[in-house]
Amino acid sequence: MNILTLTIFLPLVGVAALFLFNKENAGAIKLAGFVTTLVVFVVSLYLYFQFDSTHAGFQFQQKAVWIAGLNISYFVGIDGMSLLLILLTTFLTPLALLGTWNSISHRLKEYTMMILLLEVGMIGVFAALDLFLFYIFWEAMLIPMYFIIGIWGGQERIYAAVKFFLFTLFGSLLMLVAILALGYYASTLPGGQFTTNLLDLYSIAPRMALTLQSWMFLAFALSFAIKVPLFPLHTWLPDAHVQAPTAGSVILAGVLLKMGTYGLIRFCLPLFPEAAFRFTPLLGVLAVIGIIYGALVAMVQTDIKKLVAYSSVSHLGFVVLGTFAMTEEGIQGAIIQMINHGLSTGALFLIVGMIYDRAHTRAISDFGGVAKIMPVFAAFFMIFTFSSIGLPGLNGFVGEFLVLLGSFKSTFLGTYAYSAFAASGVILAAVYMLWMYQRVMLGPVREGGMYGGHKLFDLTKREIAALVPIVIFIVWIGVYPGTFLNKSAPVAKKVVQELELVRQGNQVRTAQLRPQPAATLKSDISKNK
Amino acid sequence: MNNYLTDFWQATPIVSLAIFALLTLIVDAAGKDKPVLSYWMSLIGIVVAAGFSVASLGASTPLFNTMLAQGGYSSYCNLIFLGSAFLCIVLSRNYLERLQYHRGEFYVLIILATVGMMLMAAALDLMIIFLGIELMSICLYVLAGFIRKKEKANESSLKYFLLGAFATGFLLYGIALIYGTAGTTNLALIGKSFPQLSHNSLFMIGAGMLIVAFSFKVAAVPFHMWAPDVYEGSPTTISAFMSTGAKAAAFAVFVSVFIRTFDIGGTKLSDVLAIIAAVSMIVGNVTAIAQNNLKRMLAYSSIAHAGYMLSGIAAGNIEGETGILFYLSAYVFMNIGAFGIISWMEQQDDKKLTFDDYAGLSSQHPAVAALMAIFMFSLAGIPPFAGFFGKYYVFLAAVKAGMTWLAIIGVLTSLISVYYYLRLVVLMYFRDGQASIEEKVSAPAMAAISCAALFLIVLGLYPSLVVDIAKGFFKI
Repeated sequence: MNILTLTIFLPLVGVAALFLFNKENAGAIKLAGFVTTLVVFVVSLYLYFQFDSTHAGFQFQQKAVWIAGLNISYFVGIDGMSLLLILLTTFLTPLALLGTWNSISHRLKEYTMMILLLEVGMIGVFAALDLFLFYIFWEAMLIPMYFIIGIWGGQERIYAAVKFFLFTLFGSLLMLVAILALGYYASTLPGGQFTTNLLDLYSIAPRMALTLQSWMFLAFALSFAIKVPLFPLHTWLPDAHVQAPTAGSVILAGVLLKMGTYGLIRFCLPLFPEAAFRFTPLLGVLAVIGIIYGALVAMVQTDIKKLVAYSSVSHLGFVVLGTFAMTEEGIQGAIIQMINHGLSTGALFLIVGMIYDRAHTRAISDFGGVAKIMPVFAAFFMIFTFSSIGLPGLNGFVGEFLVLLGSFKSTFLGTYAYSAFAASGVILAAVYMLWMYQRVMLGPVREGGMYGGHKLFDLTKREIAALVPIVIFIVWIGVYPGTFLNKSAPVAKKVVQELELVRQGNQVRTAQLRPQPAATLKSDISKNK
Repeated sequence: MNNYLTDFWQATPIVSLAIFALLTLIVDAAGKDKPVLSYWMSLIGIVVAAGFSVASLGASTPLFNTMLAQGGYSSYCNLIFLGSAFLCIVLSRNYLERLQYHRGEFYVLIILATVGMMLMAAALDLMIIFLGIELMSICLYVLAGFIRKKEKANESSLKYFLLGAFATGFLLYGIALIYGTAGTTNLALIGKSFPQLSHNSLFMIGAGMLIVAFSFKVAAVPFHMWAPDVYEGSPTTISAFMSTGAKAAAFAVFVSVFIRTFDIGGTKLSDVLAIIAAVSMIVGNVTAIAQNNLKRMLAYSSIAHAGYMLSGIAAGNIEGETGILFYLSAYVFMNIGAFGIISWMEQQDDKKLTFDDYAGLSSQHPAVAALMAIFMFSLAGIPPFAGFFGKYYVFLAAVKAGMTWLAIIGVLTSLISVYYYLRLVVLMYFRDGQASIEEKVSAPAMAAISCAALFLIVLGLYPSLVVDIAKGFFKI
């Protein structure tokens, strides 16, 4: 059996097993869920060690005929980028369960099942190499997330769940039409047939006329931009992130948002390169606006969780900017920044969840001086705050630096103004994060050490166990990012090479066309003289 | 004469079911007040007819001087109708007992209506289509008013009858005009001369009248007015039967006349159908949002689904035909499933039919809520359920026929539909409430609905099961 397929569907074994559990037996259900996700992680590690980093193509491929009538196949495979994202998924899921061990008591069994189903969808999205299969995973994943927000969320959970569902669906339905049109386009070529095979489409799609390409690019990009979310499509995010239960927020911020940026790199750039050139300024500007706007809005938040949610808008802006810089550094930065954001924001949501479980409030003004009561918690919080800000030596710095470097020298963006404005986002991040940290953790201890009417206590061993692995990777990427950059380097290189080829092709074509009018113009001028 | 006798032998699915219908009627008349007997007899009849249909899935042969086709396409459609009738009968028993209207003739009427549907799908001649539609419709008029002491049931029955009679008028007038211009009612012969006939305005008016009559039967806008009232007033299981079996039969005729006979791709007829499809999707979905009664909501949703399937007919290509067959197979099960669960909740005097009655259902009856959620997600077209693939297929057909605008309207209206389908899921899962099913659900009914849900998942994950069979009917 293909090891990649095994990784994708292994969580289903856990779901099936959970059916047999008595719903009263909370401990066993939690353990079963955790063990399943842990096993998935171990299996995915095998992918990591067997992965050949020198190779830019897709590895662990498996292809099986699925719907012969429509030329649709079950086709999966991973390259460096998908490998890193799959590892991020399998890494964060068990930690999310571990870090919120006692937060859920109501309908625990269904909850665990939903998390496992979600994991199947997430891994599937990153592994699918057939657009139809990709779409199935992409949409099917909405259902468990919808239930997670809707059943186990906060006060406004219903509004948040429905908004999340409708927003995401709106984008993806238009993408569906584009997928159909793309497959149909393939069948109109001589000797062609309807196909949704990504590898075939990589060579077919860029040949489309610019107008057609632009429409399809917009349909795909809209779907991904909603998921990222790119300004001004981000309004679902604060609702969904804040209302979701902690594990939901961790997965939402850690993995789901990455699907959007992953889609941009995997589909939008290589399938519609010319349209991508055309829309680069638009997406670049929106990304920069998102970076600054997200940071400014985060600054004025009174709720810690909302602050972290808005910081995602800002951080994901960097990823989009790096993607559309279309330079090797930019795309490398974007990929590593996806991982970084997954780690640091995932961890921050865990931190927020831990303090919320204790104080039952998330308002910044309810806290102050927590560091004196919870020193271990304070240390972890500090590390994740610095990681999110992008302190050199921690992971955030590497990604942001590469993105800024890549966009600075990008000929596609054409001007360094993007980097200049984006860089201000780094400073703003320091402002809102440190200010929040100061208000929550430092200062005098509240009267009697009571917060929100509850007494705080420091982290338990289990909570520490959930946070330590994240810290290890935060430092690892910060100090020696090569381990991870090596994996994604061939992907970035290949994407950029293909784009350069298309652009050079364009230049040659326009150069061939140009001489004629230029010559006549010159002769006109000389005549006038 | 000899020839006809062998033809009878070959038309076994229809003939056997008709015989069972008559036998059941006799048994019901003889053994007074034992409706259970008719219940079992009708189920056996369906199973037998289904067996004959499966056996003849392969080749299609014309029978009775090319009046009737046997096998292939018609057998496949038979299976859809029989599945719908089977589920409906299983669900009805409990429901009717609860409402104290358990009578044997109920089942006989369902079976006879099914015979009509099978005639429609097998028809190779406009006269047979007429015969089939009438046989089906007359049974349904009676069934719609089966709860005869209820005012709304009478209203629904009468309304259905009057409007249905009107549609029949259109159908006959259309057939007359087509006969007048083509000189025959045989579909194959009409199809041969279609390229010339399509320039004859009288013929086109006749074809337009057929569109009106068929659109009435599938409840497409603007011929949909009857559907919400009739579905609301009829016994819930009959609403299920009408919205699936009857609709499927009408679509079977639509396909066999407008795609298999008339090659409508690129003609005016195709544009007309595309517009009807678009308007049905918009009106059906938008109006469904405003509904508070679940049966009415499903009525409008069924109008919208008629629109989705019509876009496959408007496309007029192989993908459209196969797509509709797939869509119907999925639609029958998801819609009957939804109606079935509503029939469990329903109390006498139309109580417990609104959205709010489902608040918190998942905590009282987790299995029922989960089934309902599956049907809702499937109706909304969310993968991995079969409803998604049906939509995928018909939209693919539309894109291939150069009607990308229709596909875009289709996906945008599906987005609207998600809102009202999910409203039920929100109530069942996210809100607190005391919703519960008062009487115990019978085991066969539960099994039938669970099978329907399982079928939707299997078909959603492995659509080839149906696609490969369906595609075989259209090899040119």
